[in-house]
Amino acid sequence: MNFWQVCLEAFRAMGMNRLRAGLTMLGIIIGVGAVVLMLAIGESVREDINRRIDTMGSNVMVILPGSSTSNGVRAGRGAAQTLTLSDSAALAQLPVFANIAPIVQQPFQVASGANNWNASVYGVGPEYFNIKDWTADKGSIFGDVEMRSVSRVAVVGSTVASNLFGEADPIGQTIRIRSRPFEIIGVLATKGSDLGGGDQDDAIFVPLSTARQQLIRSWTPGSIQYILAQAASADQVQDAVYDATQLLRVRHRIREEQEDDFTVRDLASIAEAAQGIATALTLLLGAIGSISLLVGGIGIMNIMLVSVTERTREIGIRMALGAKRRDVLLQFLTEAIVICVCGGAIGVLLAYLGSVAITKFSPMEVGISTSGIVIAFSFSAMIGIFFGFYPARRAAGLKPVEALRYE
Amino acid sequence: MMSAVMPKARADALRGPLIALTDIRKSYFNGDLETPVLHGVNVTIHHGEFVAIMGQSGSGKSTLMNILGCLDTPTKGSYVLNGREVEKLSDNELASVRNETIGFVFQGFNLLKRMPLVDNVALPLLYAGVSMAEARKRAAVKLQQTGLGEFLKRLPNQISGGQQQRVAISRALVCEPALILADEPTGNLDTATSSEIMNLFTRLNEEQGMSILIVTHEPDVAKYAKRLVRLKDGYVTYDGPMADAHL
Ligand SMILES: Nc1ncnc2c1ncn2[C@@H]1O[C@H](COP(=O)(O)OP(=O)(O)OP(=O)(O)O)[C@@H](O)[C@H]1O
Ligand SMILES: [Mg+2]
Repeated sequence: MNFWQVCLEAFRAMGMNRLRAGLTMLGIIIGVGAVVLMLAIGESVREDINRRIDTMGSNVMVILPGSSTSNGVRAGRGAAQTLTLSDSAALAQLPVFANIAPIVQQPFQVASGANNWNASVYGVGPEYFNIKDWTADKGSIFGDVEMRSVSRVAVVGSTVASNLFGEADPIGQTIRIRSRPFEIIGVLATKGSDLGGGDQDDAIFVPLSTARQQLIRSWTPGSIQYILAQAASADQVQDAVYDATQLLRVRHRIREEQEDDFTVRDLASIAEAAQGIATALTLLLGAIGSISLLVGGIGIMNIMLVSVTERTREIGIRMALGAKRRDVLLQFLTEAIVICVCGGAIGVLLAYLGSVAITKFSPMEVGISTSGIVIAFSFSAMIGIFFGFYPARRAAGLKPVEALRYE
Repeated sequence: MMSAVMPKARADALRGPLIALTDIRKSYFNGDLETPVLHGVNVTIHHGEFVAIMGQSGSGKSTLMNILGCLDTPTKGSYVLNGREVEKLSDNELASVRNETIGFVFQGFNLLKRMPLVDNVALPLLYAGVSMAEARKRAAVKLQQTGLGEFLKRLPNQISGGQQQRVAISRALVCEPALILADEPTGNLDTATSSEIMNLFTRLNEEQGMSILIVTHEPDVAKYAKRLVRLKDGYVTYDGPMADAHL
C-alpha cells in the first residue's frame, strides 16, 4: 500500500466512528489551541515590554536621592533631597557620560481657556530629550536660550495636547500652570506607556530654570529631584554607575562605613528583570498548554488501544489477505497522526479566533506567529507518532491465527 | 519457461506438487500443558485438484487449514507450498504468500463490515501494491463474474449470506492465487445457497483449473470435491478419490 492509500484508510476508519474520533480529537484541539494561544499571549506580553523598554532610551540610568537601604530598613526613595544642580554639573564633567539631565517634577492642574487637565509638569533641560530620544511632532523643543532666559514656554505630550486642545493646533496657545501663562512651542511624538504602565505622553515639559523659580519651590537651594544620565556607550554603563557613585560619595562627604545617600539605578538591569518576568510568563503559559496537550495525547493512546482490541479480528482478516506487519503498523499509526494533525489544525484555527477576540476585547494585541503554528503542528504530529506507536505496534505484533480467532 | 500452448494439466505436472506436507505435527501449549492436535500428517496436493477435508469436530481440520494458509506454523514437520519451504520464510514473505498464492474463504465470510463490497474485494490488491483505481476496476470485474455486479457500492450487511460468501470468494480470487482454502464455506448457509456456492467452486476448478481445498462436515457439500481427506483425532484415516470414499 502506498502512502495515500494508507491515509485514505485512516480517514475511512475515522469516518466509521465519527463520534469517537471527534472526542479524541477534542483533546488534541484543546491542547494545541492552548499551546498556540498561550505562547502567543506570552509573546505579545514580551513584545509589549520590549516596546516599553525601547522608550526608556539606551544606556540610561537614574540617579535618585535617598539610599536604597539604610540600616537594613528600606527608605522611600526621594525621602531626602540630596541631589543638587551642582551634583548634576559635576557629573556632566565625567567623560563616561554623554548626557546628564537634572529633573524636577510635580503634578499640576493646568488650564487652557475653559479646559482643565491634571498632568505631570517636568522641569528639564534640552538634554532630557536627547536621552529619551524624543522629538517634537509639531513645533520645536526648547533649548539653552530658553533655559537661560527662564522663558515661560512648554512642550506638551500628545495626551495632554489632545485633552486640552482636541483636534486644534496647540502651537502658540497658552496654558496656565499655577496661574502663570506658558506658551506651547512644541508637541512631542507619542511614546506610549512606560514599564510601570504610566502614560508617558501625559506630561508637560518646561525649562528647568523656569520650573525651579516659578513652579516647584524647594527648601534646599539648588535642589533637584532626580537625574537622568546616559552613558557614552553600552560598554561604559558599568563604569558610569561606578564613577557616578564615587563622585557623589565624595561630594556628599560620605564616610567609608556609611551608606550612599543616593541611588544609581541602571535601567538596563530593570529592563532585564522585566524581560525575565516576560520569559517566565511565556514558559508558564506554554507549560499549561503543554499539559493539556499531553492529556490529549494520552487520550489518543487510550482510544487507539481500544480501537486495536476492538478491531483485532479486522487485523487478522487483513493479515490473511496479505497485509504485512508494516502495513498494519502504518495503518494504526497513520490513524493516530491523522487525528492529531486534524485536531492540530482545528486547534490552531481556534487559537487564531481566540487571539482575534482577545485583541478586540482587551487592551492586549495578540498575534499568532507562523513559528507557533509550525511548532504546534509538528508537536501534534509527534504526539500522534509517540502515543500512536505503542497501540500500532501491538496491532502489528498480533499473530494472524490468534487475531482471526478473536471474537 | 512455460509456453502458452502447453496444456494446463501437463504444465501443472511439470511444476511439481502444489502442497507437500511431511509429518506435520501441531500441539497447542497452555503454559506447560501440551495439547497435541495433529500427529504427523502427510498429504500431497497437486495443481488443479479439488479436495475436501472431513472429520469430526475437534479432529484438527481448522488447525491444518491454518497451517496450510500460512496463518499458523506447525510444531514439527515440513511444508512445501508451490516449491517453497514455508518454515524458512520471513514474516514479510509469509504475508506475500498469503497475498499472492492463497485465497481464503471463511465460514463467517469475514468481510470488513463498514467497507463497500468493491473495496472489500479490492483490499488484497492494495496490499499487493496495485493502485486504488486499478484495484477497484479489477474488483468490479471479479464481482461481475460472481454475479454481484450491481452491488458494488453496498455494505456487507446489505446483502444476503450467500451473496456475502460470493463476495468473499471474489476477494479470494482477485489476486489470481494458485490455491483457494475454504474452512466450512457453507457452514452458515442453507442447502440451496450451499449448492450455489459449491457450484461456483466446481466451475472455478473445472473451467479455470483452480486448486481448491475445502473443509466441511456435510457429505452433500463434500461430494462436489474430487478427492477426500478424512481426519480423525489428528490422524489422516482416509486419503483418496471421492468416488471410493464412504461418506
Ligand atoms: N488456540 C488453541 N489452544 C488450545 N487448543 C486449541 C486451540 N485451537 C484449537 N484447539 C484444540 O485443538 C483441537 C482441534 O481444533 P480444530 O479447531 O482444529 O478442530 P476442527 O476439526 O476444526 O473442529 P470443528 O469441526 O469443530 O471446527 C480441538 O480439540 C481444540 O480444542
Ligand atoms: Mg474448524
